[in-house]
Amino acid sequence: MNKTANPNDLTSNDDDGPLYVAQKKVYPQSVSGTFRRIKWGLMAFCLGVYYFLPFVRWNRGLGAPSQAVLIDLPNSRFYFFFIELWPQEVYYFTGLLIVAAVALFLMNSVGGRIWCGYLCPQTVWTDLFYAVERFVEGDRRERMKKDKSSGLTLKRVSEIALKHSIWLLIAWWTGGAWVLYFNDAPTLVKELLTFQAPMIAYIWIGILTATTYVLAGYMREQVCTYMCPWPRIQAALTDEWALNVTYRYDRGEKRTSVKKAIELRALGEHVGDCVDCYQCVAVCPTGIDIRNGPQLECIQCGLCIDACDNVMTKIGRPKRLIGYDNDINIQRRQEGKAPVYRIVRARTVAYSAIIAAVGGIMIYTLATRSLLDVNVLHDRNPVAVKLSDGSIRNAYTVRLLNKSGYDRVIAIDANGPANLTTHVVGIDSVTPDRPMIVIPRDSTSELRLLVTAPAESNPEKSVPVRFHVTDIGLGEVATATDNFVSP
Amino acid sequence: MTDHHGDIDSVTGKSTTGHEWDGIKELNTPLPRWWVISFYLTIVWAIGYWIVYPAWPLISSNTTGLFGYSSRADVAVELANLEKIRGDKMAALGAASLADIEKDPALLALARAKGKTVFGDNCAPCHGSGGAGAKGFPNLNDDDWLWGGTLDQIMQTIRFGARSGHAKAHEGQMLAFGKDGVLKGDEIVTVANYVRSLSGLSTRNGFDAAKGEKIFAENCVACHGDGGKGNPEMGAPNLTDKIWLYGSDEASLIDTISQGRAGVMPAWEGRLDPATIKAMAVYVHSLGGGK
Repeated sequence: MNKTANPNDLTSNDDDGPLYVAQKKVYPQSVSGTFRRIKWGLMAFCLGVYYFLPFVRWNRGLGAPSQAVLIDLPNSRFYFFFIELWPQEVYYFTGLLIVAAVALFLMNSVGGRIWCGYLCPQTVWTDLFYAVERFVEGDRRERMKKDKSSGLTLKRVSEIALKHSIWLLIAWWTGGAWVLYFNDAPTLVKELLTFQAPMIAYIWIGILTATTYVLAGYMREQVCTYMCPWPRIQAALTDEWALNVTYRYDRGEKRTSVKKAIELRALGEHVGDCVDCYQCVAVCPTGIDIRNGPQLECIQCGLCIDACDNVMTKIGRPKRLIGYDNDINIQRRQEGKAPVYRIVRARTVAYSAIIAAVGGIMIYTLATRSLLDVNVLHDRNPVAVKLSDGSIRNAYTVRLLNKSGYDRVIAIDANGPANLTTHVVGIDSVTPDRPMIVIPRDSTSELRLLVTAPAESNPEKSVPVRFHVTDIGLGEVATATDNFVSP
Repeated sequence: MTDHHGDIDSVTGKSTTGHEWDGIKELNTPLPRWWVISFYLTIVWAIGYWIVYPAWPLISSNTTGLFGYSSRADVAVELANLEKIRGDKMAALGAASLADIEKDPALLALARAKGKTVFGDNCAPCHGSGGAGAKGFPNLNDDDWLWGGTLDQIMQTIRFGARSGHAKAHEGQMLAFGKDGVLKGDEIVTVANYVRSLSGLSTRNGFDAAKGEKIFAENCVACHGDGGKGNPEMGAPNLTDKIWLYGSDEASLIDTISQGRAGVMPAWEGRLDPATIKAMAVYVHSLGGGK
């Protein structure tokens, strides 16, 4: 673009800003402390559940899958321990998603980004990959030094190779565990190892190996900062009472080195507790400075709290210069008042109530759901048929659902106009007028049911008819209502 | 990029884009490099699509791409696969006997599904999409069957038809007693009323039942049988029941007796394969349970 000289421009920096910024590589330093321990524990728990759950067995009887958690796509069934769901019951997942979303809101209003800092798969796997990196290449300083030096010694090459091999192994196991949720795990493991598993299993393992390797090994904090919508949503959901990982600047400022603090204190000047050691920055997995206040990039993992606590302990000052806190309390302390922590407030009570209500409804409906069901569809063309003796017949398509783990013998009764007789096409029932049929366990049967009203009953144009489906053995009953129509 | 005039935001220390709204300035926050690279890669990827897949319209056709991919060819392959899968199932249907098909829920479901489709394509024009029939075209949902309502009889009718010209077709027709001068006008009225009386319908004043019975015995019994119970061998309908193919009112009956009736059902043997005909027979039988 041709620019005309502008007197104001002559004094200002005239170059354009960069089109993009390079990813600043983060070298988080190892740290020990309360939050690190919590993170290790949660990581072990989350990964343990993910990797080993497919191998947990659950006896459902002969012929049914014995895997505790199984998504059986070919047969459209979902198994979760004692629960078996059919595709039409997928609304239970809606309830689960509502509970999960509100639980996220609740966490957020109590303790900020607890999900991001401790539980999110991106955080957990990245944390694991960082641990591997530290184990192979050393801590922050060593890694920085090694990355800077361009010389490729044999040791360096083998280190890099080892790191990526372990990463790939973890990534591969992550993808491998995923497919085990969709098929009998021990069988599939055997098939995978002997290269007899279906191609789709290998493809999924490949995809998830690649995503785990790239997201946890390379993308890391970029996923949280640029790809994940939750930091934006979280910022809109938080309030002034929510506890977030906070640098207590009321206590920390003005930052002064230990030596200088002694001199200044002797002169009676005010100095803060922060010694500007940058340990909080060194351990941060997203490479930010928590002392700049709440930031989009901060996943609130609490590692800076541990780092700062360690320094404070060493120099004999109270812990928690960085801690879970909020601006209200910083202000109160500055005014000389005691901090107030308000966990129970309208927002958290409302979220808890929603979780309890939705969870309660789900548990109630799940516990009381019927394992026998019937759907009836009236024939539309023709709606009614006159038979040679003048009686009227209606035909219905009846779908019987047996969700239980055993075969059922069921009887169908049609209650409507007087003296109805019923017949199921293809079934010669031993009990005339009360068709009995067997529905195999865990399946549906579609029948064509013919219901006839004698000529002399002369039913009205349209009369409600109620279909009772009774389990002969257990007495369980399911009903459906339709109409009996006369021409 | 816009010229940011070196304007540095005093709070953040970041440069701005130079855009300002009511004193609020937009910070210049560049995209991460991997994002920009990914964006350019998608553009390159799109060019790959032009080369590999059909993309650009030409005057009379279009570029076909490196692999000659065509979604139409995909459909053809899928349809061929479908036919292959169906082939096995239809073979099972072809091998089973009609009675066995109705006893086996899986085969019954298959036959009903197949039969329904084929019925819609071939039979619905006359019998209606649900087999409800119309005047002159029998309702297949009831228990009244001109040529017999067992599975085998239904299949026989479907295969060879009625008065279809096929050598094995059902033959026999209702004569035109009036048109051919066999019966006189008043005789036709009398016998029409007699036929109505057989199924308990009202008769006109002054109707001579004895005369009607005599005319019926001389002209109709040969096909419709003693008492008018009908004969499926000849396709002669039962005149004592409540179902009337051409109507039960006096005018319709007079018309039927005067003009005769000889509805045609085409033969499907040779036009549909045996397994399909079997499926259709089972479907039709399942509509009302046959007789």
